[in-house]
Amino acid sequence: MGSIEANGKSYETDEEGYLADLNSWDKDVAEVMANLDDCELTDNHWEVINFLREYYEEYQIAPAVRVLTKAIGKKLGKDKGNSKYLYELFPYGPAKQACKYAGLPKPTGCV
Amino acid sequence: MSEIKKFMYVNRKAPYGTIYAWEALEVVLIGAAFEQDVSLAFMDDGVYQLIKGQDTTGIGMKNFSPTYSALGDYEITKIYVEKESLEERGLTLDDLQHLVWEDEDEDWAEKDSIRLVSRSELADVLATQDVLFNF
Repeated sequence: MGSIEANGKSYETDEEGYLADLNSWDKDVAEVMANLDDCELTDNHWEVINFLREYYEEYQIAPAVRVLTKAIGKKLGKDKGNSKYLYELFPYGPAKQACKYAGLPKPTGCV
Repeated sequence: MSEIKKFMYVNRKAPYGTIYAWEALEVVLIGAAFEQDVSLAFMDDGVYQLIKGQDTTGIGMKNFSPTYSALGDYEITKIYVEKESLEERGLTLDDLQHLVWEDEDEDWAEKDSIRLVSRSELADVLATQDVLFNF
């Protein structure tokens, strides 16, 4: 267990830096997590992060990368629903990295 | 490319009280990444896993029933439910969640995932599998 500080607030995380409590998430902690990875969150990043939060809300799981790619393609268009686009935004792996910033657990089956 | 095998996950237990149902679901989701021909079967008390309107607030377990709706996204399109198991429990197909998958080749047309089969039909489907996982 660890913790992360954002805007004077402390957020509990697991040993891999994922938020321990999904409900403690807010935009500040997402920004701080991204900055720790030298990543600046743009609107394009937020589109994916918000999508993941909605997906989790509906299905109670974080989707596998293949599922995420397809679903993004359906929702935001083919130019965004491909691994090249998503890996450019999230070079550590779109499912893994974006789920972390979205405050979700690590995707099931993700190593 | 290696040969595609037919994998079937057989669910026989009620959703809560044991960890089998949730573990099965996790294994299914992980296994889906291997692009095999995956199907699920629900029989005995396993049919309760698909009941709609589940509420786990009283038992302190996560309600994972919404996750069954994600199976279509994982290209799992064949969910067999045994007719006799439903009948023995006074249930019908209407008591279960409506699970669908979207056919990308037909402009995301929604298609039913659940196939109601008799005990003997299910036995035939089981016999054609390469790999069976029992939960």
